[in-house]
Amino acid sequence: MALAFAGAVTAAGADPAPRRVVSINLCTDQLAMMLAAPGQLISVSDLAADPHSSAMADAARGYPVNQGRAEEVYLLAPDLVVAGAYTDPATIGMLRRVGLRVEQFDTAKSLEDTRARIAQMARVLGREDEGAALIARFDASLAALEAEAGPRPRAALYHPNGYTLGGGTLADDILRAAGFRNLATELGHRGGGTLPLEQLVMAAPDLLISAAPLPGASRSEAVLGHPALDALRKGRAGLRITSPDWICGTPHVLNAVERLTDARRAMPEGGQ
Amino acid sequence: MSRLALALSALVAVLFAASLTTGPSDTSALSDLSALILGGDGPLPLVMREIRLPRALLGLMIGASLGLAGAAMQGYLRNPLAEPGLIGVSGSAALGAVIAIHTGLAAAFTLGLPLAALAGAGTGVLLVLMLAGPRGASITLILAGIAISALAAALTSLVLNLSPNPYAASEIVFWMMGSLADRSMTHVWLALPLMVVGWVGLATLGRGLDALTLGEDAAEAMGIRLTRLRLTLVIGTACVVGAATAVAGAIGFVGLVVPHLLRPLVGARPSRLLWASALGGAAMVLAADLAVRLVLPERDLKLGVLTALVGAPLFLHLIYKTRAEMA
Repeated sequence: MALAFAGAVTAAGADPAPRRVVSINLCTDQLAMMLAAPGQLISVSDLAADPHSSAMADAARGYPVNQGRAEEVYLLAPDLVVAGAYTDPATIGMLRRVGLRVEQFDTAKSLEDTRARIAQMARVLGREDEGAALIARFDASLAALEAEAGPRPRAALYHPNGYTLGGGTLADDILRAAGFRNLATELGHRGGGTLPLEQLVMAAPDLLISAAPLPGASRSEAVLGHPALDALRKGRAGLRITSPDWICGTPHVLNAVERLTDARRAMPEGGQ
Repeated sequence: MSRLALALSALVAVLFAASLTTGPSDTSALSDLSALILGGDGPLPLVMREIRLPRALLGLMIGASLGLAGAAMQGYLRNPLAEPGLIGVSGSAALGAVIAIHTGLAAAFTLGLPLAALAGAGTGVLLVLMLAGPRGASITLILAGIAISALAAALTSLVLNLSPNPYAASEIVFWMMGSLADRSMTHVWLALPLMVVGWVGLATLGRGLDALTLGEDAAEAMGIRLTRLRLTLVIGTACVVGAATAVAGAIGFVGLVVPHLLRPLVGARPSRLLWASALGGAAMVLAADLAVRLVLPERDLKLGVLTALVGAPLFLHLIYKTRAEMA
């Protein structure tokens, strides 16, 4: 109660509702686009308009984009800059030194975190009512998706360079909500890490989830075409997901849950 | 000589078997090998044939190539510092490979990748030989190597930074340091034809290199055609280093460490050092690749990191010795 009161005082005293907000991080871009009042958000990062990274690329085309460099952000004369927890500290430090208010958002590590990020964005934008409504819609959709019980097949996330996501990540929670067990978590992975191709082939998961190929060639993605993986896909369901829904703690994660749930229902014998 | 050959061959065989039976999954060496040879049910035969076998084969082939190339270049230049990685040949090969991948040449044409790396490596060798002169004086050799390495590394980074693919830039480390992780039989077949050409070419240099130890005039008097020897050396080195780098990135110091260790054991005769270094190089790369899997299995530690940890101190020692000779 006291904390909420203190927060209210700060918000009222310093900046009741910012009028020129600049976002320099892919995830804050999307939250801000969902919650900001018309005209309140004046620029989003260039990644927000990239359909390979952003779940809201179309919406982002309505905003001027920035490259997240301190100088250009300053010239936009914002009264609030929203950034990620891992945005370049040099940029954040520079923006604060020139007197701008910067709010940083931690990475969402679960669906629960997603609610907290929505609430945080609503608070800094002074849009608490919109935030509460969005969270209510998020909870209702999630409850509808999670209701189901049944066999829990095993899925593996296998991204370029053999990158996988284990326990304590948003992707792990998406898999859980969609009724899957995560192979990486069962193998003891916490956070992001490398899953050796050999371990993946030996474990023979029921569903293999990898990212859609990006433009241009790379060695990192070449591993997704390894013959051992082709053999695995032949016997199992392979799924190429469009990754933007998985990246950020926004209500778009529910699209990822929904697509996965559909994939699970389509699996023979419930995946077992 | 035959005792050394036997010992080195046995070492390579043991390391090759160890490479085949080392991996993150808990399976016995016996079941690994039987799955490899006899096949059977379950995923193990797939793991053995598609993941571990190509890795072990590539370690063998690439190590032999780098050892052989190092011994041949050192024999020709009569300088123990001439090593494909240090003098920029591997770096130029990596540049060729990167250009092939990012212009689409590698995807359009099966042998596009190794041939582009061959062109890169060939350019690197020619530049070094031109700049260092026929006698390969240490100072010009090293300076030429530094210039070529730096230019090739910068251009490789430039190509990768210009790629529209977000992963490309992170691959700079692979091209500079080399790795055998997650290679497939496709890579073996890509590299093998060029390597065989290079091995045959370099293996014929023995007599000429032996004669060269007496000086160029003496060698010519003995009927060695120096221009031809030089051409074979350039093509052979470009073939083996180009093919190795195209599939595994630039792995440095193998061609420096191995000939240096084996030279006293073969009586300092370049012809015998050639085959000995090929076996020794295979052993070194197989051992390094085992180490990266045992020390930090989760991290894809690069091979070049290990070879440099062993090779760089030796390189410093050789420079120190050379300085005394030049004074």
